Amino acid sequence: MSNLPADLRYTKSHEWVRTLADGTVEIGITDHAQHALGDLVFVEVPDAGRVVKADEPCAVVESVKAASDVYAPIGGEITAGNPKLAAEPEIVNADPYGEGWLMRLKPAPGAVAGAALLSAAQYQQVLDSEGD
Amino acid sequence: MPVPEKVIFEYSRAGRGAIDQWPQEVAPAALGDLPAKLRRTRLPELPEVGELEAVRHFTRLSQLNFSIDTHFYPLGSCTMKYNPKACNQYAMLPEFLARHPLAPESQGQGFLACLYELQEMLKAVSGMEGVALSPMAGAQGEFAGVAMIRAYHRARGDLKRNEIIVPEAAHGTNPATATMCGCVVREIPVASSGDVDIEALKRAVGPQTAGIMLTNPSTLGVFERGILEVAHIVHDAGGLLYYDGANLNAILGMARPGDMGFDVIHMNLHKTFSTPHGGGGPGAGAVGVGARLLPFLPIPVVGRDGERYRWLNEADLPQSIGRLSAFMGNAGVLLRAYIYMRLLGREGMRQVGEFATLNANYLLKRLQDAGFDAAYAQRRASHEFIVTLRRQARDLNVTAMDFAKRLLDYGFHAPTTYFPLLVPECLLIEPTETESKDTLDAFVTAMSRIQKEAEQEPGRVTSAPHTMPVRRLDDVRAARQLDLTWKPTAQP
Amino acid sequence: MAFIPHTEADVAAMLAAIGVARVEDLFDEIPPELRLKSLAGVPEALNEMQVGRLMSERARADGIALSFLGAGAYEHHIPAAVWAITTRGEFYSAYTPYQAEASQGTLQLIYEFQTMMARLTGMEVANASMYDGASATAEAALMAVRSNRKSKSARILVPMTLHPHYRRVAAATAANQGLKFEELPYGPQEGVITATALAPYDAEDITALIIPQPNFFGRLEEVDALTDWAHARGILVIAVVNPTGLALLKPPGEWGARGADIAVGEGQPLGVPLSSGGPYFGFMTTRMEHVRQMPGRIVGRTLDAAGKEGFTLTLQAREQHIRRAKATSNICTNQGLLMTAATIYLALLGPQGLMRTAAAAHARTRELTAALTRVPGVRLAFSGPYFHEAVLQLDRPVAPVLKALASRGILGGLDLSAYYPELVNALLVCATETKTSADIDRYRSALNETLQGVRAA
Repeated sequence: MSNLPADLRYTKSHEWVRTLADGTVEIGITDHAQHALGDLVFVEVPDAGRVVKADEPCAVVESVKAASDVYAPIGGEITAGNPKLAAEPEIVNADPYGEGWLMRLKPAPGAVAGAALLSAAQYQQVLDSEGD
Repeated sequence: MPVPEKVIFEYSRAGRGAIDQWPQEVAPAALGDLPAKLRRTRLPELPEVGELEAVRHFTRLSQLNFSIDTHFYPLGSCTMKYNPKACNQYAMLPEFLARHPLAPESQGQGFLACLYELQEMLKAVSGMEGVALSPMAGAQGEFAGVAMIRAYHRARGDLKRNEIIVPEAAHGTNPATATMCGCVVREIPVASSGDVDIEALKRAVGPQTAGIMLTNPSTLGVFERGILEVAHIVHDAGGLLYYDGANLNAILGMARPGDMGFDVIHMNLHKTFSTPHGGGGPGAGAVGVGARLLPFLPIPVVGRDGERYRWLNEADLPQSIGRLSAFMGNAGVLLRAYIYMRLLGREGMRQVGEFATLNANYLLKRLQDAGFDAAYAQRRASHEFIVTLRRQARDLNVTAMDFAKRLLDYGFHAPTTYFPLLVPECLLIEPTETESKDTLDAFVTAMSRIQKEAEQEPGRVTSAPHTMPVRRLDDVRAARQLDLTWKPTAQP
Repeated sequence: MAFIPHTEADVAAMLAAIGVARVEDLFDEIPPELRLKSLAGVPEALNEMQVGRLMSERARADGIALSFLGAGAYEHHIPAAVWAITTRGEFYSAYTPYQAEASQGTLQLIYEFQTMMARLTGMEVANASMYDGASATAEAALMAVRSNRKSKSARILVPMTLHPHYRRVAAATAANQGLKFEELPYGPQEGVITATALAPYDAEDITALIIPQPNFFGRLEEVDALTDWAHARGILVIAVVNPTGLALLKPPGEWGARGADIAVGEGQPLGVPLSSGGPYFGFMTTRMEHVRQMPGRIVGRTLDAAGKEGFTLTLQAREQHIRRAKATSNICTNQGLLMTAATIYLALLGPQGLMRTAAAAHARTRELTAALTRVPGVRLAFSGPYFHEAVLQLDRPVAPVLKALASRGILGGLDLSAYYPELVNALLVCATETKTSADIDRYRSALNETLQGVRAA
């Protein structure tokens, strides 16, 4: 049973979304995702200033077993990629919802989340139906 | 336990060298016409060792390897059969080695005769109308195959067909190849019987379908029983069938992909036709086509005008998908495959299919009797089969990878563990026809012993191997702390 | 013979264990209409003695000529130890090193190879080799498109002085992925890329520039100027180089102010026989910042569970068997056996031996062109320095001349008219350290007689 903070929103592709006080959103991968991948060896985050559309792949997380795309849950402009992850990708494994954030994004005006954002309970249902 | 060998740079001493191998020194004046700004200022830092030092070093390295010549190597889908020494010896005759790729055809009739006859024999065993030998590996053969399918549809003006259907059990090269050819991949499920899900296939085909990529027998080790219906459905929808020949060994001399309805196939000469794996290559991925795709074959192809052989190039095949190799592919590999096929002959081909299948079914039965679970127990094995260790993983916390590592201690190279992704904790086992009953029995004994260890002393298995030059290696560290070239002051 | 060890007793025991009466029964899942009755089109088996005789006859029929052919495949002396060790069963019949503990020999050898190639090219990292120089070049173009963050045009500038077959292979393999190759003309006097050729692209969005060194004509390109021109415009530089030449010529890692971004080439000159065009191997090297975009296998050194050093395949998540549809390439092989030969070759030659080989090839080619241009009607086609290959201009079509030479057992070189219609009567010749002064004189004499229309009695 993986860790699922109730105050976050989630996507079917295992990203989490946190709205910050200034209206920007912070994005990462869930505890389930980091566990499935195993020890991360490399993380690629987008550059600040890049404009992304909802559901666009904009980051990569790589373990020994697999390399997975991370999708933007909502369209907008990237304000920051987590600078610590280049040297220490394992932070994502250790603290996926805190220090292991991948990127921050300023949502485009009137931006709609591409794949609808799920609550913790809804995301848990997704995990249950996948048989974990 | 063999002693690990230093990296060759650690033997290097300034001024050492295999001096007898060096050409005479050239007077500096002879290089005077080379402009200084284009010259290297320092010699490259290659190792400086004597000849005996080099010979010892590399010989010792070779002794750290498992190989077919030394160990049973039941890697599923890799067909690790004996590589006959005769194939190497006669492919390396001095005249064959010395021939320049651009030498005139008049001075290559012997060589070209071998290649032409190889084309003909490959047509015969596959049931296809034309063969091109230039793709340099199975993956390149796949590329050629999918590229030909695309070219075919484009030539007909049917530009919407850009989807390639791939069963979810497919080898990773299949979807990667489709993407490389600018196609979109659509995966369809495989039924629990191991056959492609026919209903899912019917839903998946349409005017966007360029074709389907299949292996038969499939990567699950079982024959695609509905193949004729699959062919029918795809052809009716306007698509073509591509055959991944990785498992051709199972049906060699017994059945032919061309008869099953496939329009294009690639054959892995380094699998079915026993050319050497060489620690990772060179392979050869000859492609065969039905009549529809003949105009698109990659060049060059060997043709014959009466008694004379010649290369067919762009002028002869204006619709060809083009040239895939700087010259004509892996000629030396092709010669080895030719020699092997001549040694096999008509009856030998059939024996390959028969005995590869006999060995696989025998090994499967013995393993089942020893208590192991087959993934598709209700099916015949083809030339390979899958044992699943899901139960051991769940109950004993010992995985397929653990078994694989412990097998090394027992003197067997592990079977394939990294696919098919569809079956968790799997061992894909392919004995091949060149293994004796005794070897197969010894393998079963080893597996049984490991099972016992897993039950009574699991640590011994999960920390295996114990008797190899190294213990289990830290993959994560390897990917995080990239050490890809030797440096003099390297630290662990 | 199919190398099958089973006796009748074995077969009987096995069938009994399985529970079927005949081997035939094991094929009962195959629809009967698909079962082959016989394999027409395949001759009956030969035994080893018969096959040996057949192959010897065919080899003899082909013979060995005195060759001055280069054009992407080069004749060099290969020390006897190279293939004696490479064909050891432990290297020859080993598989890809997926089970690292059972493959430390192969893995360590690849690590040594990677180190040697990185150093030879002046770059930071190498992969475990690719199919050949042509496909390595195509893969480099794809890699440049992935790596170049500034340019997304996927337009690649390709000099016409790059090997014609390499250009065709790039077109055949990379065009389906949206790459656009644009050819740069060469200066007719110089036989290299000039500033004039680059001028139209001064302000264009280009992703990569390919620079061969030496080029197909043997001429030396202005690599520094070309590299700096490209980098000033955010264009990545792909070097296509001859590995023997790298012992004498400035390596791509030192081109221009920043060095090339990717270096590839044909590895055949390093201990691999000509063998009618294959198997060869391509090499690819780059800087660490691009390593994750580099296709092919890569070996890394790491520690094992007991803290001892060992070698393993790494960065596999990029490869086809893990990323499937998103892989950097579908490549599933490296040319293991050839890379093994090259590593042993480089160890035996070392820096001095390789440099002498390159120097001897250069000296012999100069000697060759000097001798041949003494024949009336023959002159050098291009002005400027060349390395171990050169283009000669004849006073008449080359094909009949080559035919006459061939009948005397001499392969005089490559007729360029098929590849470069503007180069009428042009002949590409090459001499390596394997040619002696006597060989060169024999060629000169035969060419002289051919052009004078004199026949030996």
